[in-house]
Amino acid sequence: MRGLPGFRTPSIPRRPVEKRSMRPNPLGRSFTAGVLAVSLSLFGQLISAEPSGWPTPPASETSGPQISGPLRGGTADHTKFEALKGPFANGSEVTQACLGCHTETGEHFMRNIHWTWSYTDPNTGQQLGKRYLINNFCTNSRGNEGMCAQCHAGYGWKDETFDFTDETKIDCLVCHETTGTYYKTPNSEGHAACSVMLEGKPPIDLVAAAQSVDLPERANCGTCHFNGGGGDNVKHGDLSTALIKPPRSLDVHMGVDGLNFACSACHVTNQHVWAGSRYNVVSKDTEGTGLPGQRSDVATCESCHGLAPHPVDSIAAFKLNDHVQSIACQTCHIPEFARGGVATVVDWDWRTAGKTRNGEGYHEEGYIQGNGDHRYTYKSIKGNFTYDENVVPEYDWFDGQMRYTTIDTRFDPNAESIEINGFTGSREDERSRIWPFKRMHTWQPYDKGNGTLVYTHLWGEDEAAYWGNYDMGAAIEKGMADFGLDYSGEYGFIETLSWWPITHMVAPKEQALACGDCHTPKDSRLAEVKGVYLPGRDRNRWIDILGTFLVFGIFGGILIHGGIRFFSPKGDQH
Amino acid sequence: MALHHVKIFSIFERFWHWCQMALIMLLLISGFGLHGFHGLLSFEDAVTLHTLAAFALLLLWAFSVFWLFTTGAWRHFIPTGSGLWSVLRFYVYGIFKGERHPYRKAYWRKHNPLQALAYLVLKIVLFPAIWVSGLTYLSYYAWRNLPNAPVWLENIALVHTAAAFAILAFVLIHVYLLTTGHSFREHVMPMITGFDEVDLTPEEEAYLRTDEPSQIR
Repeated sequence: MRGLPGFRTPSIPRRPVEKRSMRPNPLGRSFTAGVLAVSLSLFGQLISAEPSGWPTPPASETSGPQISGPLRGGTADHTKFEALKGPFANGSEVTQACLGCHTETGEHFMRNIHWTWSYTDPNTGQQLGKRYLINNFCTNSRGNEGMCAQCHAGYGWKDETFDFTDETKIDCLVCHETTGTYYKTPNSEGHAACSVMLEGKPPIDLVAAAQSVDLPERANCGTCHFNGGGGDNVKHGDLSTALIKPPRSLDVHMGVDGLNFACSACHVTNQHVWAGSRYNVVSKDTEGTGLPGQRSDVATCESCHGLAPHPVDSIAAFKLNDHVQSIACQTCHIPEFARGGVATVVDWDWRTAGKTRNGEGYHEEGYIQGNGDHRYTYKSIKGNFTYDENVVPEYDWFDGQMRYTTIDTRFDPNAESIEINGFTGSREDERSRIWPFKRMHTWQPYDKGNGTLVYTHLWGEDEAAYWGNYDMGAAIEKGMADFGLDYSGEYGFIETLSWWPITHMVAPKEQALACGDCHTPKDSRLAEVKGVYLPGRDRNRWIDILGTFLVFGIFGGILIHGGIRFFSPKGDQH
Repeated sequence: MALHHVKIFSIFERFWHWCQMALIMLLLISGFGLHGFHGLLSFEDAVTLHTLAAFALLLLWAFSVFWLFTTGAWRHFIPTGSGLWSVLRFYVYGIFKGERHPYRKAYWRKHNPLQALAYLVLKIVLFPAIWVSGLTYLSYYAWRNLPNAPVWLENIALVHTAAAFAILAFVLIHVYLLTTGHSFREHVMPMITGFDEVDLTPEEEAYLRTDEPSQIR
């Protein structure tokens, strides 16, 4: 059986393997006890056979550079390039210098989702992508690009006039600079009430940033991906700043005292297109590692760990490899998300937004997270937030297909709740597996008359921008009108749910779920998962009742029978 | 006809019996643990124990089936109506009167009719039910993609659990009946030493004394 193919593990001292053993009870010297003892100790040894190489991956004392997949070392020292000696008036000039050597990169880059913010689902035909979608955090980037497009890997997108064919507007530095001093600012001014947060930032040394370029590190990707939804770990739950320098106990792949993987070690890149899409999830990889050189374009666990990922050294490991058919790796190996001291938002209430003190917006801190940082629990511009940490995920069958409620989706305005991204999957579907999810619940504005979600105009210098003016009706009116969308004029708030497949913060295997976390009658992790008979969780009630009656009935019968015998006249044999 | 001390359980039968006893105990304990009735073992350890014990028992059964048919011992289990009623009557009535057990072990009939019938049912109904359902259960992931596999699994689990309850019931009665007639100890000793009181015909006695002296005391 295949172990962990392709894993180069430094040789380091391993922790001694602790042997559990079931000692035979001293039951006397009878033959019975002998047989029992022999079999017990035999089973004891078989049971206690620990998987080898514990813990994996091995902890290392020193941490080298982050591992970014097959590309390592590089062939050029960017500090020696004349073109990068500057001076640079702005980021775009740095990009032009980059493109001077990397001649094809602009073409490549402009095809990827970091640039287009657009994705058409090949199965549903839905127009997805950040540019168009509505989420249940800050709700929509559309019309708010002046603020939101800080996370666009480009310069200057503030409205519909942005030129998506101009490669000089690509932002190379945000992903590749390694000084840690680079930052982005909103592409438009916004309301005066908001511009205060941009004051006092040190100027960026573009020359130093340009000369520091390297393969992206976790902090580069994390600039946006760790702060999605408007703050640290707000959105995903499994992507937080705790992953910039995580211990291996937080993430066994990214741990600085372990493998120290950069994001691109798994999200492998070909011509600036990354593997691993949340819009197109591979819920069950049936190809595994493939032949050497193959499968370098996927970010699934199986693409490295294979289709039989548990070394078969015990009955349990054998069964675990079977479970790969039904259970996503993440389900057992990410026992909780939002670990490492950074909380995630699980509930957002826009209904309370817009309260002011003396006409000014304000915020309140009401949550202290694991790492000691205070988090906002109320902001006038956004409403109330509820945080959670070390969260046990929700579990369900998932075939990788999300169906989004977009701006074009009509729904019953009196619906109890709306799924922002409902997903499909079932036991019967061979592509589905049981996956862990973060469940995000929000009360957010919607068009009560038409039964649609709305584009809210949050960011802007005008009188309608919600952030600064706090008039939700006006903000929706403008947000919809700017894109020629039908708005009934009457807004309300509706409960929405969004589902975030959990895939990061993979714990070391000794912290993975045990069999009994699901196979148990009480508090099973999979208590809500339908469509399957789960041994230990499920039972036929009638068989249990009849069987218990049978056994106790016989036991009672024996007592009665024995009792009568005890008090009966004794024969010569008794 | 006279009672003699004769070896009725060969070394293999005794090995078979006690191994089977130990394995069935392990299977019952681990199995009802897996079912959620107790938490003495972790689910993982219970699965491991249950699976290994089941394989060991299947191997043992394979040997025992071979043994039964090569030695002709299977004939001990042919059901018979003759004497069945008197044994039944003894357990529900006569035993309280202090009557003597109506059955005498014969050299080629070492179980009383009720016992033989019970063991036969165990061998051809309960044991096959539990190992066929158990192996199907264990190999679930080999057939999970067949239509309605979860429904099949649920019914297989039902059969497996029902058979387990029935076997536990058998074990209880089996052990209790050891306390009847002779003392508990005298009932158990034959399965340890192999020797028990058997009614021998003069011809059988003569045969044993002449040709199998180690089989008779």
